[in-house]
Amino acid sequence: MLANILRRFIQGIFVLFVLFTITFFLIKALPGGPFKSSEKVIPEHIREKIEAYYGLDQPVGVQYARQLKNIVRGDPGLSLRLEGREVTEIISQAFPVSLRLGLVAMFIAICMGIPLGVIAAWKKNTLMDYSAMALAMIGICIPAFVIGPLLADQFGRRMNLLPAMGWDPTAPSSWVLPALTLGLATAAYLSRLTRAGMLEILSQDYIRTAKAKGVGNARMLIRHSLRGGIIPAVAFIGPAFAAIISGSVVIESIFAMPGLGLHFIKAIEVGDSPVILGIVMLYGTLIILANFLTDLLGLWLNPRLRASR
Amino acid sequence: MVRGDMLRCLLMISAPVCLLLSSCQRETQVERANREGILLVGNSAEPKALDHQLVTGVIESKIITSLFEGLVADHPSKDDAAPPGAAASWEHNEQMTEWLFRLQPDGKWSDGVAVTAHDFVFAYHRLLHPDFAGPYAEMLYFIENAEDFNKAGITDFSQVGVEAVDDFTLRLKLREPVPYLPSLTRHYTWFPVPQHVILQHGKMTDRFTKWSNLEHLVGNGPFKIKHWRFHDFIEVTRNPHHWNAAGVGLNGIRFFPIENPYTETRAFLSGQLHTTYQLPSDLIRSVKKNHAHYLRQEPYVGTTFIRLNTTRPGLSDPRVRQALSLTLDREQICEHIMEGFMPAFSLTPKMGSYEPEAKLGYDPEKARALLAEAGFPNGDGFPVFSLMIARPAARAGAEAIQAMWRKHLNIRVNIQNRDWGSYISAQQSLNFDMASAGWIGDYLDPTTFLNMWTAGNGNNNTGWSDPRYEALLREAALKAEPAERFALFREAEALLMDAQPVLPMSHFTRNYLLRPEVKGWHPLLLDNHAWEAIRLEP
Repeated sequence: MLANILRRFIQGIFVLFVLFTITFFLIKALPGGPFKSSEKVIPEHIREKIEAYYGLDQPVGVQYARQLKNIVRGDPGLSLRLEGREVTEIISQAFPVSLRLGLVAMFIAICMGIPLGVIAAWKKNTLMDYSAMALAMIGICIPAFVIGPLLADQFGRRMNLLPAMGWDPTAPSSWVLPALTLGLATAAYLSRLTRAGMLEILSQDYIRTAKAKGVGNARMLIRHSLRGGIIPAVAFIGPAFAAIISGSVVIESIFAMPGLGLHFIKAIEVGDSPVILGIVMLYGTLIILANFLTDLLGLWLNPRLRASR
Repeated sequence: MVRGDMLRCLLMISAPVCLLLSSCQRETQVERANREGILLVGNSAEPKALDHQLVTGVIESKIITSLFEGLVADHPSKDDAAPPGAAASWEHNEQMTEWLFRLQPDGKWSDGVAVTAHDFVFAYHRLLHPDFAGPYAEMLYFIENAEDFNKAGITDFSQVGVEAVDDFTLRLKLREPVPYLPSLTRHYTWFPVPQHVILQHGKMTDRFTKWSNLEHLVGNGPFKIKHWRFHDFIEVTRNPHHWNAAGVGLNGIRFFPIENPYTETRAFLSGQLHTTYQLPSDLIRSVKKNHAHYLRQEPYVGTTFIRLNTTRPGLSDPRVRQALSLTLDREQICEHIMEGFMPAFSLTPKMGSYEPEAKLGYDPEKARALLAEAGFPNGDGFPVFSLMIARPAARAGAEAIQAMWRKHLNIRVNIQNRDWGSYISAQQSLNFDMASAGWIGDYLDPTTFLNMWTAGNGNNNTGWSDPRYEALLREAALKAEPAERFALFREAEALLMDAQPVLPMSHFTRNYLLRPEVKGWHPLLLDNHAWEAIRLEP
């Protein structure tokens, strides 16, 4: 077990190094540059000074080594877009927003998706199953940039029930619409995965035995089937959570939220390499970590997997 | 046990619904802000910085003008008025080349320290210093020897025409007569910086120190900073030390950097904003129908145009450029696509008493004749050019232009959508054919539109220049008398519009939403509102 963890750790470090290198050179290949894309052209003698200030006049190899050193130390340096602000400051402001949004969205997704999948499996091939799965299909097919504005318009503008934009960490009302929008697609996937997992478990011999012994429906579903039935869903939750946190940029734009996604997109637009690298490395670490934890959880849930190792 | 499980299951399902229902709003944010005297403003994007010597943009200017004040203030309703700002009064010599500004005797920074002429000298020294590398230092080139100092031609700042005669008197010597200097000093590049705070956090020439962060930022404007979270909002609150603190109508302003104009409109209609930065063209009709009382459509000193690369064979012939221009039905485009915008008849919009000659028209027949004369009868043999756009919103306009040229001249252009960085760098390296572009004036004088079409100007990017055009601009620069200056500018602009390195399309109109309880907010050409004069009367 310990060797397994160590191996995964070393693999993770290697993946992050490759990720850094590819991202760095992709940014360098972008046309323009942070001080060449301003609407009002910065005179050349001034632009050269600014670039020298940030070390952008040095050979690419030197810049690569410096950035790598900065990243290893955990301080990507100064943003080139929000001039003079530290990347760590930007990330420490924005990441908690994205994280909280992701957590609430995941909570909503789990609370909606798993029960829906269980019910669909239990009432297999009935109207209830079809409706639940049709709902899931709709959730998967309709993108967030359609659902988001519709929800904001309905609950924000028409009913004036919830804020149509903004993020207040102290007011849960401002979390509801963005988290719901973000969580719906994941809920839909989860319900389909849970249904499939549950169907497999419900056809097992030990379930038939339990039924024969007179175990009630609820007990049979929740006590005997759920743990096995949600294994596919759990395997999906880890990567999905990382994707939710890193992929919330559309939601952040629709609801004008101060999350990491907007910083990421704006930084890419102008080639703000310290911010891009900082966020890419953070996302990379998160995804690796989420996958690792999911594997561990899978081992705990599935005794057969443990035995096979 | 089983019942307990069922209960847990039910709870899990109903939790999101409970969360939703328990968090309903009672009072809208605008209603609460009205009570608190705080104006909620949509401001489009996160500012690059609040150190006004590091930025060049318009959205920064909205926040900066609440935190800092120039020598002359913005008038709440008149574009050409010059109410006192940091300077209580001013005078100039007959040639308008030497100006003396007397500062407010009780002018103070937001930390209570007096604003002196030395702060202005320090500010201009800092912005012009080559080591500081201020991106918009050229706005100060009107000052004698400023350009030389900025380009390191001279190193002694005492030779630059800025001098603190005493603590409260500032003398500016200019390289040419600048009758519009009061209007110019309303631009943030002319604002002072707090010398005592900047030096506390580093050297004068340090580009970034912590002086302009939330905790340390000190200004001389009617408001001071209170809250700043990236992409969330910036809040400013009354500056009790401002010389006119009693005349300030609001308790604070919250600037929201909402990038998505549809989100901003939705937020406004849900009672979360007092005013928006922009209203998307495709929403104007529905807003006119359903919320006409909120809609504002006001002229704004800006022009949209097609920039041509005149070094490309084909586009190098002025007759071809004129033919392209003569087949653009600007009225149709403004009516159906750029709703609210006004068709352009020249490059510079009307500003004050300057009105350029109407040179642009719609005459497809003449255009065909010109194209034939240039060697492309019926468009035969005309190269296929690319029209570059950078925003998806520009596509509809570009497609209309593409269709008009195809219909009237039988020529083809491709539309090329580029990301912002490559769009800009392609123009700067003259590696493009045509680009859909625009320009917003910085101050109310035709030079803000005309000066950039000179040889070597970083914003020209057409490959076109003409010594006659530049001679006219130089001659105009030496005149102090407005009528004489404007006559020369008109002549220069007519020459530019004959050569047509750019094809002006329309003049900007600011389409936005404003709530009726906002008082003291008037249409202004530069859209620089005097924040201190605005009041909330629900």
